Amino acid sequence: MRPNVGASTSNNRAPRRAKVVTVTSGKGGVGKTTTTANIGVALAKLNQRVTLIDADIGLRNLDIVMGLENRIVYDLVDVVEGRCKLRQAMIKHKQLPELYLIPAAQTRDKTAVSPADMIQLTDQLRQEMDFILIDCPAGIERGFRNAIAPADEVLIVTNPEVSAVRDADRIIGLLEAENKGPAKLILNRVKSEMVRKGEMMSAEDVTDILAIKLIGIVPEDDSVVSSSNAGTPLSLADNSRAAVAFRNIARRLMGENVPFMPLDDSPNFLKRISRLFAGGQ
Amino acid sequence: MHESTVAIKGHNEGLLIALSPTEEWLSIMAELATRLDGQSSFYNGARITLDVGARPLRKDELTTVKALLERRGMTLWSVMTESSTTIDSASALDLRATYTDPQYSTDGSDDGIVPISPEEDGTLGVMIRRTLRSGRTVHSQGHVVVYGDVNPGAEIIAAGDVIIWGRLRGNVHAGANGDTSAIVCALDMIPTQLRIAGYITISPAEKRHKPKPEIALIRDGQIVVETWQ
Repeated sequence: MRPNVGASTSNNRAPRRAKVVTVTSGKGGVGKTTTTANIGVALAKLNQRVTLIDADIGLRNLDIVMGLENRIVYDLVDVVEGRCKLRQAMIKHKQLPELYLIPAAQTRDKTAVSPADMIQLTDQLRQEMDFILIDCPAGIERGFRNAIAPADEVLIVTNPEVSAVRDADRIIGLLEAENKGPAKLILNRVKSEMVRKGEMMSAEDVTDILAIKLIGIVPEDDSVVSSSNAGTPLSLADNSRAAVAFRNIARRLMGENVPFMPLDDSPNFLKRISRLFAGGQ
Repeated sequence: MHESTVAIKGHNEGLLIALSPTEEWLSIMAELATRLDGQSSFYNGARITLDVGARPLRKDELTTVKALLERRGMTLWSVMTESSTTIDSASALDLRATYTDPQYSTDGSDDGIVPISPEEDGTLGVMIRRTLRSGRTVHSQGHVVVYGDVNPGAEIIAAGDVIIWGRLRGNVHAGANGDTSAIVCALDMIPTQLRIAGYITISPAEKRHKPKPEIALIRDGQIVVETWQ
């Protein structure tokens, strides 16, 4: 399943084979939506055709972070319940015409959609897209089941913090039980200074417990807050460390072997982190 | 019925009643009753030694004979036999039991004709060949062996022992049906909670950096954790 790198314009109707990637975490507030938005933007900037789907029905956020909330006419539930065609619910990004968003419904809840609905919907998109990213809600109930049902690959976002890691472990266990593994890990909101002082879990502490491959380490970045408020994901313009980290994750998703970016300058960091990464996978 | 089905003769310890080792049991009982009833007053108050040869008798069958004799005023006090089953039944009824196998000594202390099997008896358990993640559980009426870690939030409940070839960070309950001899072993013993039978303990507060294999067991009314030697 090789994405069409560098071959796409909005007129390109050559059939594609999308990879469906679900971004989940278990714990709320660790950065799933931010991650989904930024990876989506980064992929689109790398000439991939991307659709983002917000599966957090009732508590939708992806539209806000993408700056598309006032352009919502139809949503995911409208598509599933047949009130509109799939295309009508896909909001095209103004600056990146190959990036689309299917927002969640805000006035319904997660029972409005079933795992089978999600599979059917993504199947309709597979031939036109390179990537379909699904923003999973927090928790392990219906919303989670909906979001992982169509996934070819699952990315787990966690923070270097015990509660987040505990929830991530639970999620990994559920994925293994559903044969949706192996998932890959994004360690988000890392403060390297605190790690160095031993005040925050290191990447090794986390992977020690979770025992899955890392696909990215994203440093804590204040500009995430302002960019969320502005509806312009970091990856759009920025070159902050977080933006670069998201771009690297996008490239790794496309199969590139991207060397990790040092979050601190200690010589051991490079050696330690290298063996935790997924490499060219 | 032949005369040899049931033979009654006197000897120095009372009466010896020899029963055929091969005839059908119920007909032997009937024959014995008939023979005894024919001479009832003669046998009254006698101490009876029963010789059944190679016949294996269950405890209930031997009880039947004992009752039959007692109804006629006789007391069964000794059993001679070549069958270890009958020996066991006689012992269970507090009767003197004498082993009469002609190949071996008859003093009853040598019961070595059963060859010692090389097969070790074991007890059943389940084997799990992966890390147990948070939220996963294992229940077993036997033992549990895990090749992998047991993460915090995972739970193992076993009636028997629990052996973790990995890091134990979750919850374990060994001897869950009350067996205080159950043990828990792990290559890195840092459980959230550990129980054996009705006892419970938690990991010490200080963080240990070097994992070492340890065994948890009950001694002197509490759970102790020892390094594996």
